[in-house]
Amino acid sequence: MENKNLLEIKDLKVSFFTSAGEVKAVDGISYSLEKGRVMGIVGESGSGKSVEAYSIMGLLQSPGKVVGGSIIFDGKDVLAMGEKEKQTMRGSEISMIFQNPMTCLNPVYTIGNQLVEAVLCHEKIPRKEAERRAKEMLELVGINNVEKRMTQYPHEFSGGMRQRVMIAMGLICNPKLLIADEPTTALDVTIQAQILELMKQLQQKINMSIIFITHNLGVVAEICDWVSVMYAGHIIESGSVNDIFYNPKHPYTHGLLRSMPRVDAESHERLIPIEGTPVDMLDPPEGCPFGPRCEHCMKICLREAPPNIRVEGGHTAACWLLARDCGKEGGRNE
Amino acid sequence: MNENRLVEIKNLKKYFPVKLGLLKTKNVQAVEDVSFYIREGETLGLVGESGCGKTTLGRTLLRLYEPTSGQILYRGKDITHANMLPYRRKMQIIFQDPSASLDPRMTVGEIVGEAMDIHNLYGSKKERQDKIRTILEQVGLNSEHANRYPHEFSGGQQQRIGIARALAVQPEFIVCDEPISALDVSIQSQIVNMLEDMQQELGLTYLFIAHDLSVVRHISSRIGVMYLGNLVELGESYELYKNPLHPYTRTLLSAVPIPDPRKSKEKKRIVLEGDIPSPINPPSGCRFHTRCPYAMPKCAEETPPFLEHQPGHWAACHLL
Repeated sequence: MENKNLLEIKDLKVSFFTSAGEVKAVDGISYSLEKGRVMGIVGESGSGKSVEAYSIMGLLQSPGKVVGGSIIFDGKDVLAMGEKEKQTMRGSEISMIFQNPMTCLNPVYTIGNQLVEAVLCHEKIPRKEAERRAKEMLELVGINNVEKRMTQYPHEFSGGMRQRVMIAMGLICNPKLLIADEPTTALDVTIQAQILELMKQLQQKINMSIIFITHNLGVVAEICDWVSVMYAGHIIESGSVNDIFYNPKHPYTHGLLRSMPRVDAESHERLIPIEGTPVDMLDPPEGCPFGPRCEHCMKICLREAPPNIRVEGGHTAACWLLARDCGKEGGRNE
Repeated sequence: MNENRLVEIKNLKKYFPVKLGLLKTKNVQAVEDVSFYIREGETLGLVGESGCGKTTLGRTLLRLYEPTSGQILYRGKDITHANMLPYRRKMQIIFQDPSASLDPRMTVGEIVGEAMDIHNLYGSKKERQDKIRTILEQVGLNSEHANRYPHEFSGGQQQRIGIARALAVQPEFIVCDEPISALDVSIQSQIVNMLEDMQQELGLTYLFIAHDLSVVRHISSRIGVMYLGNLVELGESYELYKNPLHPYTRTLLSAVPIPDPRKSKEKKRIVLEGDIPSPINPPSGCRFHTRCPYAMPKCAEETPPFLEHQPGHWAACHLL
């Protein structure tokens, strides 16, 4: 059995134990990621997309706790790892870039120092060698004047440049998987375009896998091969980009796509919003989490959580609407 | 042609002094020589990247900041130095971050009612109550919400309160300063639709400031594009997107990711080099010349004039 999946997540459950009660931030999600694939995880704030990424990295902090399921990365069980093992894995095998690069870079060390430290943490090589690698990496992410840049501090870099440094730092130990948590959300569109272009190039060059977490569907269409849509701690739909954008099956996905104004729209059409408010995670509704906001809501939706139903190929959606006629012509299209 | 211009600004400038040392101060040229007008009943969109001065422009226009120089006209009257109190009733603003712009110690009713108190907009207590209730219902909240505090509401609802507060004085003109960028995707369209309905119903005029080009395009009849304090292009919304004149507008449009995988793969993207220069030391001549793919020597020397190249379509570029 050839295992081509780099990452396999099965029924992962993460809860936060707060004074107000248990918050099931991630409530039983499963997916696998093949080598060299770019997977997008889309969802609104509070849907659990970042929490899920933090659990893969072993970076969950109290009161957050993985309460069930498994994470298998490259054949190893991440949840069974000790702190030492996790530390070796982080950076060298999986690395992560964050939304706000300023809070992730240490303001009192030079960029060069921080990059070199990242290398020396994982590999026993001479400092000179590490410095050479750091410079190469900075050039690779498109930073000019590398010699001088190495001696500068984070505040001397602009937002876009800092994000480039973060990417350089993430990639410096040749990880197999890069988790990018809203890496372009804090950036302006023109800078976002630069960073996306860079990530696409690097991904092809190094052939790593990327998990790209974002709430921007435009960015997903641009960079991802595979998409999982999250809502209130569940993956409610998952499929190839074409499946998700041209043949969405879950009413939430459908609603999201419909509610967005598009820059390439031909005429002025009134937006069709998703009514209601996002789920209160302290008191999630019974049954389907999207039920109360869904325009096709049925009785069963408010009672029982829908199973994951296969639409076609790898395209799945968790919705009762598909339960009756799935298997026939690819389910119902509303 | 002047009859339906509600708000007009002429050569508006706003500088902020920055101390660079004990004796040295320099100015951040946040808004540099901007002129435009807004017609009654229309929505003028203002786009640009962070730091381009769009928010400053919006606030200066309401004289929340005092302009460094230039003129602001409201219905043809110069209000650059006028007493603003009567105009505050006509001109209102909706802020970006609803949780930061609502006083946490005031109930929603007090927040909405305060402006009515100042402008004496009611005859009796009962009338005040009724007015508050009507406005809350207008923005999609319940009348019981009047006794609750802002923190009890979700982001989308807080923005509705912010809008109710602005509507309380029955304004004619509202500056919407990034009113939806702090909201969740699924809530954004609710607010956009509501703003459009309000405009229809009450005949409002908007200045809609945002960095999200797709939203601006959706809601605006005309759009202005700002770069580093300058207005570089202004035109009818459809025309501007179909036929952008300024190289910056073109790059900005090509940079917006389209939620359509096939189209986004076909799309040719102009990727700009470098970052926005500092507004303390803006580049000479055309401020965009340091990043412009078509820059000529002339661009570094002379500031391009803001001219009408096609009827209603203005741009500032030497290439044109």
